[in-house]
Amino acid sequence: MSPETIIKPTNTETIPSQRIVPISREHALHLLYQMIRIRRFEAKSAELYGAMKIRGFLHLYDGEEAVAVGVMEALRPEDAVVATYREHGHALARGIPAGAIMAEMYGKQEGCSRGRGGSMHLFDAKTRFYGGNAIVGGGLPLAVGLALADKMQGKRRVTCCFFGDGAVAEGEFHESMNLAALWQLPVLFICENNLYAMGTALQLSQSITDLAKKAAGYAVAAEAVDGMDVLAVEVAAKKAVEIVRAGEGPYFLECRTYRFRGHSAFDTELYRTKAEVEEWKKRDPIKTFIEYLKNQGLVSEMDLNELERKVADEIKEAVDFAEAGTWEPVEDLTRFVYSERREV
Amino acid sequence: MKENPQMIRLTYREAVREAIREALRKDDRVFLMGEDVGRYGGCFAVSKGLLQEFGPERIRDTPLSESAFVGAGIGAAMGGMRPIVEIMTVNFSLLAADQILNNAATILHMSGGQFNIPLVIRMATGGGRQVAAQHSHSLEGWYAHIPGIKVLTPATLEDARGMLWTALEDPDPVLIFENSNLYNMEGQLPADAGPVDIHRARVRRPGSDVTIITYSASLFKALDAAEILAREGIDAEVIDLRTLRPLDQETFLASVTKTHRAVIVDEGWRSGSISAEIAARIMEGAFYELDAPVERICSAEVPMPYAKHLEQAALPQTETIVATIKRMMHS
Ligand SMILES: Cc1ncc(C[n+]2csc(CCOP(=O)(O)OP(=O)(O)O)c2C)c(N)n1
Repeated sequence: MSPETIIKPTNTETIPSQRIVPISREHALHLLYQMIRIRRFEAKSAELYGAMKIRGFLHLYDGEEAVAVGVMEALRPEDAVVATYREHGHALARGIPAGAIMAEMYGKQEGCSRGRGGSMHLFDAKTRFYGGNAIVGGGLPLAVGLALADKMQGKRRVTCCFFGDGAVAEGEFHESMNLAALWQLPVLFICENNLYAMGTALQLSQSITDLAKKAAGYAVAAEAVDGMDVLAVEVAAKKAVEIVRAGEGPYFLECRTYRFRGHSAFDTELYRTKAEVEEWKKRDPIKTFIEYLKNQGLVSEMDLNELERKVADEIKEAVDFAEAGTWEPVEDLTRFVYSERREV
Repeated sequence: MKENPQMIRLTYREAVREAIREALRKDDRVFLMGEDVGRYGGCFAVSKGLLQEFGPERIRDTPLSESAFVGAGIGAAMGGMRPIVEIMTVNFSLLAADQILNNAATILHMSGGQFNIPLVIRMATGGGRQVAAQHSHSLEGWYAHIPGIKVLTPATLEDARGMLWTALEDPDPVLIFENSNLYNMEGQLPADAGPVDIHRARVRRPGSDVTIITYSASLFKALDAAEILAREGIDAEVIDLRTLRPLDQETFLASVTKTHRAVIVDEGWRSGSISAEIAARIMEGAFYELDAPVERICSAEVPMPYAKHLEQAALPQTETIVATIKRMMHS
């Protein structure tokens, strides 16, 4: 592709984050641990994909870890999460065991969706994780409904819905914003704006690239935050969740981030330059957080080594668990089309 | 037929691309629009290179707005253009189903014949790649339920290359379903291959003992099954429907009248499927010719599972076709 046909994303300006947040060593290590385990888990997944242990589509989250980790810190166990097909990070941060996720990608019945969903359809009732949706925008109305159920039942719970910038062009987005605002529902909308929907740059898909403005157009409280800064995301998400939980209606948080890898394994990345990717890698949420913590004297090389070791052990265990998993008998093929119990 | 046409080697993907390229060259009114058709190069790489050749006016990347851009395609067709709208996969077409069914298929009729919709919508379909339920379904038979649209299912390189122009010349909306498992299929095609008819089914393998009626990627499973059966002395005729709406029943009724047995292979679900329609037409048109009940081999009635062994068990397979026909012949 000739350079002049490459459309530069306009929305790359950083939102200056003022890391004035006092943070304990313990919490810092926790956030770092969560981000590193997502990064390493996915690196392993990519390797296993190459080895054909994992099949289908694999959408990786490298570069976006601060969003899932920061947001999840704001949620309580009773809250609900609705995710997309790029959801390994959300699932891990939410607390679905790494082994159950890995087994799912292997297609084993020990997987969190019994091997019927795969990478794009992780589900887990225990952590109120309502999927892994591979229809762009498909999760938004679901989140509205989950929140409606909470509101109607007088439960002070929050439903958190993740989606990409691409989803904002779907009717589902606009219809969901309107309903959520109209009925003042407790939904936290998290837009992961990584500037591309597959190969379509933000300004090719949005007439207004300031996405928070779109939500504001429906009278949804909205804000944009630096999605490469886990502390900034956490602070913003906590504030947002407080408002939502208090019953003051939905909240839209745009997290400005970037994906370092292609859309999926099949992406030849014709639509962006290597230089652009390298530029963004300088803002790697893990690397920059480590630098920050080191400067603050909060973590040492030894801490990091220990974290990496812990993560490596967890991932090895997850892979072993998946390897040892079993295939669902073919006789069970048509199970779960209808319920096996008559009441819920 | 020309003598010794020069043959070229290409893939199904390239055949579709050549068809689009030819259409863009032939007629200024033609343009391609859809998600990632331009800068990304097409999600199945079908339109790779076309943006560089024809520019962003005619190779138009759209936002993720299936309902809006399919509806806009309908409007553009009414307004004098000849749009080719690409929807990434049939699953996502459901977000545009309202536009297809309530506008594209009905406006000619509702307007008392005043407004034509000369629109072509292309989309990928089919399972077998372990991409789970939201990316794997075969809903072309479902669209074949709708009067007012035509439904094409090219299986061969010749049809992948030739159906598009015929569809574009059609005054009515035409949906073309490309099974994603076929894009890498390679073969020979005459260098000057061009438009083909879209009205007739084809006998892809003549035979005398049983008729296998199928379309799209299942054609190749049917042909494989026929070869295996031939070694056991069973001579199967294989019919490629090519077009699911309107259905060319003459061709399959003539075949069943000759072989007296029929098996339908369809990747869709059995209940309410195109295979149900075909079975009914055989019952209506050739009941007294039958030596055995019509059999159907369809996908299991389950949303497509991710795990490979379950997915393969859910889809029609060559072995099932062979076993079914052997049972039919020996009963
Ligand atoms: C309704 C629908 N249309 C198209 C697709 C194909 N598709 C899958 S992901 C994707 C891009 C989505 O981009 P975005 O919402 O920004 O999320 P990101 O992948 O960047 O996280 C597309 C076009 C789909 N899955 N669903």
